[in-house]
Amino acid sequence: MHRSSEVKHVASYLNTRGCECFGQPCESHCPVLTDRTIHVQLKTFIKIRVKPDRTGVVTDGVKHSMNPFCEIAVEEAIKLKEKKLVKEVVAVSCGPQQVQETIRTALAMGADRGIHVEVSGKDYETLGPLQVSKIFAALAKKEQADLIILGKQAIDDDCNQTGQMTAALLDWPQGTFASEMTLEADKLKVVREVDGGLETIKIKLPAVVTADLRLNTPRYATLPNIMKAKKKKIANVKPADLGVDVCSRLEVLKVDEPPQRQAGVKVETVDDLVGKLKEAGRV
Amino acid sequence: MTLRLWHRQSLMTTQLAELPELHQMMRQTCRDYAQKELAPIAAQLDKDHKFPAKQVKELGAMGVMAVEVPESLGGAGMDYLAYCLAVEELSRGCASTGVIVSVNNSLYLGPILKFGTEEQKKQWITPFTTGERVGCFALSEPGNGSDAGAASTLAQQEGDEWVLSGTKAWITNCWDASATVVFATTDKSLKHKGISAFLVPMPHPGLSLGKKEDKLGIRASSTANIILEDCHIPLGNMLGERGMGFKIAMQTLDSGRLGIAAQALGIAQAALDCAADYAHKRTAFGAPIGKLQAIQFKLADMALAIESARLLTWRAAMLRDAKKPFTKEAAMAKLAASEAATFVSHQAIQVLGGMGYVTDMPAERHYRDARITEIYEGTSEIQRLVIANNILKEYQQ
Repeated sequence: MHRSSEVKHVASYLNTRGCECFGQPCESHCPVLTDRTIHVQLKTFIKIRVKPDRTGVVTDGVKHSMNPFCEIAVEEAIKLKEKKLVKEVVAVSCGPQQVQETIRTALAMGADRGIHVEVSGKDYETLGPLQVSKIFAALAKKEQADLIILGKQAIDDDCNQTGQMTAALLDWPQGTFASEMTLEADKLKVVREVDGGLETIKIKLPAVVTADLRLNTPRYATLPNIMKAKKKKIANVKPADLGVDVCSRLEVLKVDEPPQRQAGVKVETVDDLVGKLKEAGRV
Repeated sequence: MTLRLWHRQSLMTTQLAELPELHQMMRQTCRDYAQKELAPIAAQLDKDHKFPAKQVKELGAMGVMAVEVPESLGGAGMDYLAYCLAVEELSRGCASTGVIVSVNNSLYLGPILKFGTEEQKKQWITPFTTGERVGCFALSEPGNGSDAGAASTLAQQEGDEWVLSGTKAWITNCWDASATVVFATTDKSLKHKGISAFLVPMPHPGLSLGKKEDKLGIRASSTANIILEDCHIPLGNMLGERGMGFKIAMQTLDSGRLGIAAQALGIAQAALDCAADYAHKRTAFGAPIGKLQAIQFKLADMALAIESARLLTWRAAMLRDAKKPFTKEAAMAKLAASEAATFVSHQAIQVLGGMGYVTDMPAERHYRDARITEIYEGTSEIQRLVIANNILKEYQQ
């Protein structure tokens, strides 16, 4: 256990996948549990399409970028470093070669080094929160991290599980949906956005925090930092090296587009409306 | 051509097709900034003729106000290709912001970086890298634009001071600037070899500004006359050697025109974005108008014009970065890009039809912003002369 003044690492774990930033859809590595429909958001330039075999969405040739909640997580980690409350920020991502770009963006924001956990091909298609959290837990032990900050969920699969699972596997306390976090001695004060309002908790380090929208506003990578990022190291690791089996225990049954919006019906009077609603069993 | 030269040329061509990772990241960060922070306010800035001071400071913090300036002086320490990418992406969001960035980088910091003493660099460069202060470039006069050699602004030595008098016209950024590079005649008999360059802080006694011009486009950037009446500056404020002014101006403009080429590309790209988006959404004759060949041919020609000009711009920037002669290539880039900007923005309005003529859509602003790119930092006619002169030299008997 480390005191806050000795906090060595803040591992900021990046959700590797794409995100629907500016209309570019993303790749899901979280299999759907049943025949849950994937929420398709029609954006200005790129339409998300379900694969013909209905096992997922088309991701080939589609630009990926850092999950917005993960950007917020990275920003928070860097802010802690700027306040000299942590010594090192490590950005981690799991996925194929292209996730290195995302790690480099984190480095350009100010992270000190990166770790790329290589998962590709079929393994990547079926990679989900359970496997990812096992990887993160193993890395956290290896790196002797004191704090793990993740985005609360990925905006492609909306799983919202990785942070919680990671904490459970490590038997660490967790502060999820954080809209505010403050390091006080060896405790972390986290303000959580919950359905009922705001909940403030104090958790001991080491801990896992997941970032919510209002935690901060991520910075733009500055040109000098982009230059510096070039020299920062990204280590390559395989799940097997960490003793993690990425085999999925879930099977995607099917993926469907949301039902087409049906035309409405116009009615003349309020009575007609009530009648129609009763017919449809809604009232 | 020798095998080595061919190999180097082909490397450059490959590099043109796929930018290095560093440049891609840099381009992305500028694109993100332009999309999130500039594009949403560009129309209002244009309406209000308002200098985007907050955004300029933010861009300063990102290092974009001094891309080529070495880190030791407070800049980003990147190359000219990176700078051109930055200006294009920012101009895609807001053309006025693009020119503010370009003038500060190329026309103000550029000559001081190249011709200034170490002392001058510390005093006149470092404070202008953060976005807190911007500079401007005073060459044109009411009596001469293209005819830069006929500078009638005078500089007379009086003891340990220079005294400047005259009027400079069309000075971009001047109402928001904290310093200027001014060109004045020190020896009238030597004609253009008698012009020297000076650094003048703003405000300064003896320097006043004319009224802000009410322009067709790039309205968020201020343009006005600079009037020098008995303006005293220390001898140490001369930039470069006496009589070097014309050379400094021409070399500065060689680089500056790549910044403007980049700005023109950004405007053209924004206009194409607008037109292509509209072609998907607007339906006529039972289908989106993008299905009609008339529209398709326009979009193809627009995209071609932009891509051609973009490659010319990148190539000229890369030649400059490799410290090779690039005057002809820079002139070609500026000419191609500015004519592309006016062509593309004109066609964009055509694609939008009536909607292109009203302020609800940005097409009309792109059309107004594009027009100046064929005029400043060397008119299209001057660019043609530069290119022709270079061609004739190449074919010299």
